[in-house]
Amino acid sequence: MKSYVQPEFEVIRKADRCIKCQVCARQCGWGVHSYDAEDDIMQAQEEKCVGCQRCALFCPTKALVIRSYSGNYRPNANWTDDRIRDLIRQSEAGGVMLTGMGCDKPHTVYWDHLLLNASQVTNPSIDPLREPMELTTFLGGKPDRIDVDEGKLATRLPPQVKIDIPILLSALSYGAVSYQAQEALMRAASELGTLCNTGEGGWPKNLRRYANNTIVQCASGRFGIDREYLELAQIVEIKIGQGAKPGIGGHLPGEKVTEEVSRTRMIPEGTDAISPAPHHDIYSIEDLAQLVYALKEATNYEKPISVKIAAVHNSAAIATGIVKAGADIVAIDGLRGGTGAAPKIIRDNVGIPIELAIAAVDTRLRQEGLRNNCSLIAAGGFRNSGDVVKAIALGADAVYIGTAALMAMGCTLCQKCYTGICNWGICTQDPYLTKRLNPEIGARRVVNLLRGWSLEIKEMLGGLGVNAIESLRGNRLHLRGIGLNEWELEALGVRGAGN
Amino acid sequence: MKNLSEVNNPYEDEKVISCCSIFGMMSVEGRKYSGTQIMTAIANMHDRGNGLGGGFAVYGLYPDNRDQYALHVMYLHREARIQTEEYVRENFTLVKAERIPTRETYGVMNPPDLRRYFVDIPSRRDSEISEEDYVVDKVMHINTKIDGAYVFSSGKDLGVFKGVGFPEDVGRFYCLEDYDGYLWTAHGRFPTNSRAWWGGAHPFSILDWTVVHNGELSSYGTNRRYLEMYGYQCTMHTDTEVLAYAVDLLMRRHGLPVELVAKVFSAPLWSTLNHADEESKQLYMSLRLVYGGLLMNGPFAVIIARNGEMIGLTDRIRLRPMVAAVRNDMLYLSSEESAIRLISPQLDYCWNPRGGEPVIGRLGEPLKERSLSAA
Repeated sequence: MKSYVQPEFEVIRKADRCIKCQVCARQCGWGVHSYDAEDDIMQAQEEKCVGCQRCALFCPTKALVIRSYSGNYRPNANWTDDRIRDLIRQSEAGGVMLTGMGCDKPHTVYWDHLLLNASQVTNPSIDPLREPMELTTFLGGKPDRIDVDEGKLATRLPPQVKIDIPILLSALSYGAVSYQAQEALMRAASELGTLCNTGEGGWPKNLRRYANNTIVQCASGRFGIDREYLELAQIVEIKIGQGAKPGIGGHLPGEKVTEEVSRTRMIPEGTDAISPAPHHDIYSIEDLAQLVYALKEATNYEKPISVKIAAVHNSAAIATGIVKAGADIVAIDGLRGGTGAAPKIIRDNVGIPIELAIAAVDTRLRQEGLRNNCSLIAAGGFRNSGDVVKAIALGADAVYIGTAALMAMGCTLCQKCYTGICNWGICTQDPYLTKRLNPEIGARRVVNLLRGWSLEIKEMLGGLGVNAIESLRGNRLHLRGIGLNEWELEALGVRGAGN
Repeated sequence: MKNLSEVNNPYEDEKVISCCSIFGMMSVEGRKYSGTQIMTAIANMHDRGNGLGGGFAVYGLYPDNRDQYALHVMYLHREARIQTEEYVRENFTLVKAERIPTRETYGVMNPPDLRRYFVDIPSRRDSEISEEDYVVDKVMHINTKIDGAYVFSSGKDLGVFKGVGFPEDVGRFYCLEDYDGYLWTAHGRFPTNSRAWWGGAHPFSILDWTVVHNGELSSYGTNRRYLEMYGYQCTMHTDTEVLAYAVDLLMRRHGLPVELVAKVFSAPLWSTLNHADEESKQLYMSLRLVYGGLLMNGPFAVIIARNGEMIGLTDRIRLRPMVAAVRNDMLYLSSEESAIRLISPQLDYCWNPRGGEPVIGRLGEPLKERSLSAA
């Protein structure tokens, strides 16, 4: 069948610069570039190009420009090029359209409609270069009060895990991402004094040396969970849902289940790894409570248990139930959270933005008097330190970042994570591609990014006149909305700018 | 429901900003003296206020009625008084009711009707709640439900006197030279908005707690939302209200000693805790984790008092001034040293307490420099 799909990108090769070295051909896992020895020319199959920019960046003479395809259909506000292309592609292939990374549709990004406060005159701003500025955060449930008996502490706190910055590295499972990518993230977490989530794909033995900085996940597929997995981790997280695909399970194609992935996930090599949509032992909240306490028993009540859900319409009530079911941490993943693979129609249409979910959950937990009994972690599309500060001001204790960390390592959001091909060596198991990612350099880039964010967070805190992150938490008076409707201001619990 | 913020916060700001002078003096031997000295001292810091609020708290004030709760109430109109008095009769055993004596004073304008009531708790009442919670509940009812009435003092053997004006004028207005007490605190206010309300002046008081405060809590939003979880409605939109409720929660309801309350409000830095012994480390860490929402972040200096106790505290990086001094049985706390020197030129000790380090005076505990401060 002849394909009617227009290419998405154009490859422009500047003939006066190209030396036909074929670096582009070797760098492109998609086979866009090829060398025709007979005619001594470089050729390009543009329809294969995903726009990842790998070839352009590695071209030694800067001879390549990859840009959006300049041809277009008749302009139509309803039938955008993107929608036309998807429809044609689907009518040629049938089946469910897949994609990777987070929702790229222009739903309102509330971070861009929130502005921060700063001190002027009546309270001084604090200079983080001269004064201590504390970002240390403890994850875990807290009791409502402390009892002191003759000056001695009489209350024992439930398990707490300390992180030096309020930013955690999100769940990216081994199998979806490469071993090198996971090692880079774990190494970065250990250098930064924070935690990295293994995701649901097990925990490679060689990476267990980063145990002090690891959260392990227990998802519906229960891959790779053994005694040591639970014992070594700092936090055990039950994954119920994911922002990119609420209500949907996971499917790692057999091609990605290599020998090492098979050993780590504890499934036969080459078989599909299926995570069912629900946990089949959790059909309601009382079942969740059983799993929470099963994990607490298994870990001797020494570790906080987290429950991660996707941000959906009734997240507030669900989060309350999760805390009542005994969880110490509630993690919520918003609409723009990334994924290795999800049906495009789900990714772009299901769930709510994380901003609204944080506000709703924090408010409800306070109304229920449960806010201190748990930590609240927000996830889903954090792009910079401003987003992080606003999330904490809305009510989160800390945030998970996934996409941003991958971008630090090279990801350019081409959204082809589900294919098994990743020119940056991140979301692939092909050894030719994975060896491109040096874990040490990857870790360095992630550490640099989050060091930068930490410094910026300290500057913003100082500007607000506080020197500890807990004085920002839930402090919505330091936020103002701009360009928002009444209902949005109310949902976020903030005043409008100038008011 | 009556909206207190309408009178206290006419422009509906997210909170009322005001900065100030504070002064406190206490005889740890319980020796009583008149208000003349503290009026002289606070007048010396005239320029720290702008004439839109001044007030005093006096302990050991009503020896003849020391077992009764003394309710000081201001009324904006007659109807408020009729309703309130009816409510007081219904819910308390009224021992004595009288006008609070005042004199016409230049600089104090449009005073409300000021009354005081000495009341006992009726024997037949819902035994589920403590006597103190009962009083708080009734005071909150008057303050939030009865239009034009505001209870500004509700403890035993103490009284708050406050209003709109410079503090020395407010003191003269209330004839404070005629009262004796062993512990006095005073406040001169500098609100940034020009409309002022008598109830918005300091000290802020609930039961026998009084708070005078100079500061601006940058953590106000966090503190307020934390307290709301425990049923405190911050109707006045002031930092001081937040401090007073926090003290009530931690000391009265959670039974923490004041030394530890200071470690909640002005938590030691994590880097400081790294050098502490294991036991203190666990204690301070637990306090900070559980009560992180009550970390008072941003500049403040506060004098908190109750029967037999006066505590001075600043924020942990000391962004507001507080000087402490000792002379014989007297402990002084002040925004400025000059105010102390004016009424007590000779001092045994005079020092600047470190940020977050409480200065505590207690009845019957002799005063020494430094040892006043908790470790």
